[in-house]
Amino acid sequence: MDKDLITRGLDRTPLWKFALWLLPWALLAAWGGQTIRDMFVQGLYLTNMDNRFAFGLWIVFDLTVIALGAGAFFLGFLTYLMRQKDLQQVLNTAVIVGFVCYSGAILTLAVDVGQPIRAWFAFWHANVHSMLTEVSFCITLYLMVLLIEYVPIILKNRKLRLVPSFLVLEFNLHRIMFLFAGIGAFLSFFHQGSLGGMFGVLNGRPFAFREGVGIWPSTFFLFILSAIAVGPSFIMLIVMTVSRVARRPLVDRKVLTRLGRISGLLLSAYIVAKLADTGIWIFRTLPDSGFDAAEFYRHGLFGIWVLFLELTVFGLLPATILLNRRRRQNPRWLVAGGLLACLGITFNRLVVTLQTQSAPTLSFDTFMIYWPSLQEWAVMLGVVAYGVILYSLSYRYLNLFPREHELKTSSGRA
Amino acid sequence: MKTQQAKPARYVMVIDVDRCNGCGNCMVGCAVENNVSVPPADALANRGLTWMKVYRVGNDRPFPDHQTVCLPIPCQHCDHAPCIHVCPVTAVQRDEQTGIVGQIPERCMGCRYCMAACPYHARYFNWFTPVWPAGMEKTLNPDVGTRMRGVAEKCNFCHGRLDRARERAAAEGRRQLDPGDYVPACAEACPTGAIRFGDALDERSGMKDLLAAPETFRLLESLGTEPKVYYQSRHAWVRQVGRSRLARVRGFETPAGEGVTHG
Repeated sequence: MDKDLITRGLDRTPLWKFALWLLPWALLAAWGGQTIRDMFVQGLYLTNMDNRFAFGLWIVFDLTVIALGAGAFFLGFLTYLMRQKDLQQVLNTAVIVGFVCYSGAILTLAVDVGQPIRAWFAFWHANVHSMLTEVSFCITLYLMVLLIEYVPIILKNRKLRLVPSFLVLEFNLHRIMFLFAGIGAFLSFFHQGSLGGMFGVLNGRPFAFREGVGIWPSTFFLFILSAIAVGPSFIMLIVMTVSRVARRPLVDRKVLTRLGRISGLLLSAYIVAKLADTGIWIFRTLPDSGFDAAEFYRHGLFGIWVLFLELTVFGLLPATILLNRRRRQNPRWLVAGGLLACLGITFNRLVVTLQTQSAPTLSFDTFMIYWPSLQEWAVMLGVVAYGVILYSLSYRYLNLFPREHELKTSSGRA
Repeated sequence: MKTQQAKPARYVMVIDVDRCNGCGNCMVGCAVENNVSVPPADALANRGLTWMKVYRVGNDRPFPDHQTVCLPIPCQHCDHAPCIHVCPVTAVQRDEQTGIVGQIPERCMGCRYCMAACPYHARYFNWFTPVWPAGMEKTLNPDVGTRMRGVAEKCNFCHGRLDRARERAAAEGRRQLDPGDYVPACAEACPTGAIRFGDALDERSGMKDLLAAPETFRLLESLGTEPKVYYQSRHAWVRQVGRSRLARVRGFETPAGEGVTHG
């Protein structure tokens, strides 16, 4: 049965080995699932969040995975609308990674809200002035788009193809996929931006508050730019990791270096924009609201090194690596550049979420520290495990890489 | 019963910091009036529920020049409230008739974005299922609904009292409330009379003079939130604590050596 589901011509590891690979992830997912149940039954006091740290690890995780999952819409946009056909080789992976990231983020958000049963109020009682309303609408709709993009990949499964109506559906969906790529790009541009806008509009939190264009604070644009900068890198890292675990080439080497180059270019633009934004924040926004930037970096945990690390080690360094053609040709440098870019966005989302809340606004208030509880880690790791399991199953039973068979034959491996 | 006032009001609170002795009566009065539940004894310090938090603030100078004041901080009922525009489910609203910023707990979905937005940390989350010790449920105020686990709550200037005052006035055939008809529980409970409350648009309330006094200030005015809770102190350093930039009051650029500490 298992062998019948695997695409003809592709060799996959024996079922027992695959089951052994899934086992630890399944245990992790079960731990996460059990903890989610505890959260629903007992409440959020099981976390280490409090009245000062209203947002914690889960919001950092949501912001990060949604940024990392940006590869799905951005590569779809480049492939279908900008006609960059060579990127088609990694598009299936991008769609599945995007689906995992967005569904994982929505699940985590559902656990994070105090009254998950009222989540639909965001649509029913929508406040059009709230960035979170826009995020709720867009990520829900975009998850549907991702599902529509995922379905044809599933329907190409060897067994499912035998059902004629599935084949027709798959063919027709594929024909209009450019339309969904466009809708996905539109929705994603907006919610990536609104996630940044969520913090930028906080006029009561001078660390986060930013000026901007019209109703959009600068973080709106910075979040879009940083997400589309690291999205391709994340897909590149996933493909290289799968390729390494499976011990075979899955896509043309030049596609991976191309992803690295796209990341490098956009990351450079992001750093320039981030520098300009930081300058405006320090010299205009903060003085106007009666604050001094140095104050935010005078506390032990979040020193000036935070800004330095973000701009150099997680910004300039990966951009320099990824923009250098010779470095890109070396897989180790390519991985190093992509990894630093992805770590950079994680760090940025962490700083935006946590430092905003750590820093006091009232002059007599104190700087505060937050560390997630075991339950918070459990939920996050459980969602990560869900992603690994879904991607592993997809890799085993679906034809994710159109050139896998051809590359295997040409490389002469069995 | 809907009894609209003839003229819109602008309710403000003026807290005389020099009179406050930090007894906490305002917090107790508020909790009793508004059915604020008590968290479990082993709850973390920042998981508590109180619509009015009293901070102790010192001037950071050694004895005998050391001075300390108590600063009660309820929701500031900002005219440009950062919590209103962020709420995704429209659970926070500013009443145009009174200026009071209200919270609808039955609509709140507990995302806590409003708490992240509030610069005064005046919003609280129900981390626990509210439980009242046996017998205490008999003390619950029937005019105020209790809140459920997983929603945010905050001071609403004792809106239940406003409703009752309107009903009484309507029964007496008045459309306009008189000063004293409506006073929040904290102002009533304060033994030193440090908390005063009234309609700033009503000449009879005396609020206008209090707001215009040179010793009156507001917290974090530079953020542009336009709070309606005012503070008064004849000590310059106290006024500076409220409205100055952090670096100055924290002693990094203290012109007169008047830094502060938080106790």
